[in-house]
Amino acid sequence: MLDQAIFYLFAGVAVVSAILTVTRRNAVHSAIFLITALLATAGIFLELRAEFLFIVQIILYVGGIMVLFVFVIMLVNLDVAVRQLQFARQKWVGLLISLALAAQVGLMLWSSRKIPGQGVPVLNAVPADKLPPNSEEVAKSLFSSYLLPFEIASVLLLVAMIGAVVMAKKRT
Amino acid sequence: MEFMKQYWAPLVCGLAIVAVLPLIVGYVVLVERKIMADMQARLGPMRVGPHGLLQPIADAVKLLIKEDIIPDDADKLVFWLAPVLSVGAALLAMAGLAIGPAFQIAQDINVGILFVVGVSAMGIFGIVLGGWASNSHYSLMGALRSSAQLVSYETAAGMALVCGLLFAGTLNVTSIVEAQRNQGIWFGLLAPVALFTYLVASIAETNRAPFDLPEAESELVAGYMTEFSGFRWSLYFLAEYTNMIVVASVATTLFLGGWLRPFSETRWLNFIDFFPPLLTAVIGVYCLMRTPKQPARVQQLFMLAVAGLCFAVAAVLASPVLVPIAKPSLAAAVRPFYAGIHGGFWFIFKVSAYIYFFMWLRFTLPRYRFDQLMRLGWHFLIPLSIINVLLIGIAMIVGVYYHLNGWRLLLATLPASIMALIIALFILALDQKGEAQKAPSRAPDSYA
Repeated sequence: MLDQAIFYLFAGVAVVSAILTVTRRNAVHSAIFLITALLATAGIFLELRAEFLFIVQIILYVGGIMVLFVFVIMLVNLDVAVRQLQFARQKWVGLLISLALAAQVGLMLWSSRKIPGQGVPVLNAVPADKLPPNSEEVAKSLFSSYLLPFEIASVLLLVAMIGAVVMAKKRT
Repeated sequence: MEFMKQYWAPLVCGLAIVAVLPLIVGYVVLVERKIMADMQARLGPMRVGPHGLLQPIADAVKLLIKEDIIPDDADKLVFWLAPVLSVGAALLAMAGLAIGPAFQIAQDINVGILFVVGVSAMGIFGIVLGGWASNSHYSLMGALRSSAQLVSYETAAGMALVCGLLFAGTLNVTSIVEAQRNQGIWFGLLAPVALFTYLVASIAETNRAPFDLPEAESELVAGYMTEFSGFRWSLYFLAEYTNMIVVASVATTLFLGGWLRPFSETRWLNFIDFFPPLLTAVIGVYCLMRTPKQPARVQQLFMLAVAGLCFAVAAVLASPVLVPIAKPSLAAAVRPFYAGIHGGFWFIFKVSAYIYFFMWLRFTLPRYRFDQLMRLGWHFLIPLSIINVLLIGIAMIVGVYYHLNGWRLLLATLPASIMALIIALFILALDQKGEAQKAPSRAPDSYA
């Protein structure tokens, strides 16, 4: 009961602030609502007892990426960006795509409701104190079963980093 | 009611921290002013209460009744939100800390130390948004400097934490301290370079001198809090000092043995247990000696009360040490009491020592220029911390291979630390040589 209430609270906050993120004119306000949406998502992770995902969401997205976002928003000239009408041309296409996506998700949820055991897999609830320690499990699966994808992602990030350094370096 | 059973203890502890922390911060400020006065050969605040002991309360009342000014062109909502964000993040981070084996608000979080670090890093939004919302150039510059500085030094601090976590093998705050008890050595001794890196990075993260560029009063008035006044300003102040306590607590937990006494597993050094009660008793005796010199009767009474408080604390601290000596049969019954009381004392003692070091640096070193700050961060601290993690990792493998533990692990980690330091210094030297050849002398970039 309490769990559900908390879930709907966080989910509601996430959805509302996501909508506000794209509708606000002021870029800084958008950034604040994006932070709220990310924090609400982190809250849902915590509610699912995925502590590691919760804290990684906060450290990476909120503490790292959003700080850089806000930093860049303040560096560039805001007034010009505010006056320009943005994203106007894709309005109808965007609406169509998001409606299609919503229909897809809704259909999946609805069909899984009708036939039990098929569609959306429902995991059995485990009491919180019976769960294995979260970060250790993540580490184990990352470094054993998913080692290759993990390394590929690391190399990709390294390439991006080196590329950024090369591009930022002044030619003398 | 089941709900209340589970949650009342953390709730009460949390409320206690929120209620008491402003008072603690007030007294940290008083101590800072007193230490500054001492180092500059003057007296510091002396008027309000004996030796200025009531100064924080007077300051708090003054801040509360000051006029609250919001600039006309400010973004009202964000202006309102920013200080709250700062102080909220700092207070929330306190929830993950363990002051003793039993005293922790959010008990046994699996990702404890990451929680503290991640949540306290969110306080940066308060600074950045506050600087932006004030709609003032000084504020914006302060905010930009602050975010650039925090992003730069966060990496070094994180890498230093990784070093400590390599030894601990867990993220749980309580288990980290237990790991140090099992090893019989503090992780700060095993990885001195990591402790040093964390120390420097934590000073930069809390925006304190010599890295207080975001609020450099000679350049930016007061940086991001130029336009804030009265209670909002005091919220920023509260957040800054709370953050100091938080980083000091993280360093204490991970590097300085948390609530463990020095040499907690060495039996013949058990006499160290007499240090806490003796220290408080000596402070009490000093207060008694100063009492006749106070000018007014009220101040004399106040001084007597402070002395009485010290003696009471000394008695409480002495009881778990003296009772087992007098009556060995009670030894087992007193042990949890001993762990709680003395653990709390040692934790607070180490945190105070760490904060004292912060203050000492503040009154000793001049402020860095912004490009120097960035160079120190990116060209020295980050390479140093990354190389240190790498070499400490190798040292850990060597340690496991040769079954080294406790003090003998130093055989592997100490050469690794020294090597990391040498390599980082070498990189710095190479870098400076390159700089000197390339650029003759260009004006330092203001905030890039």
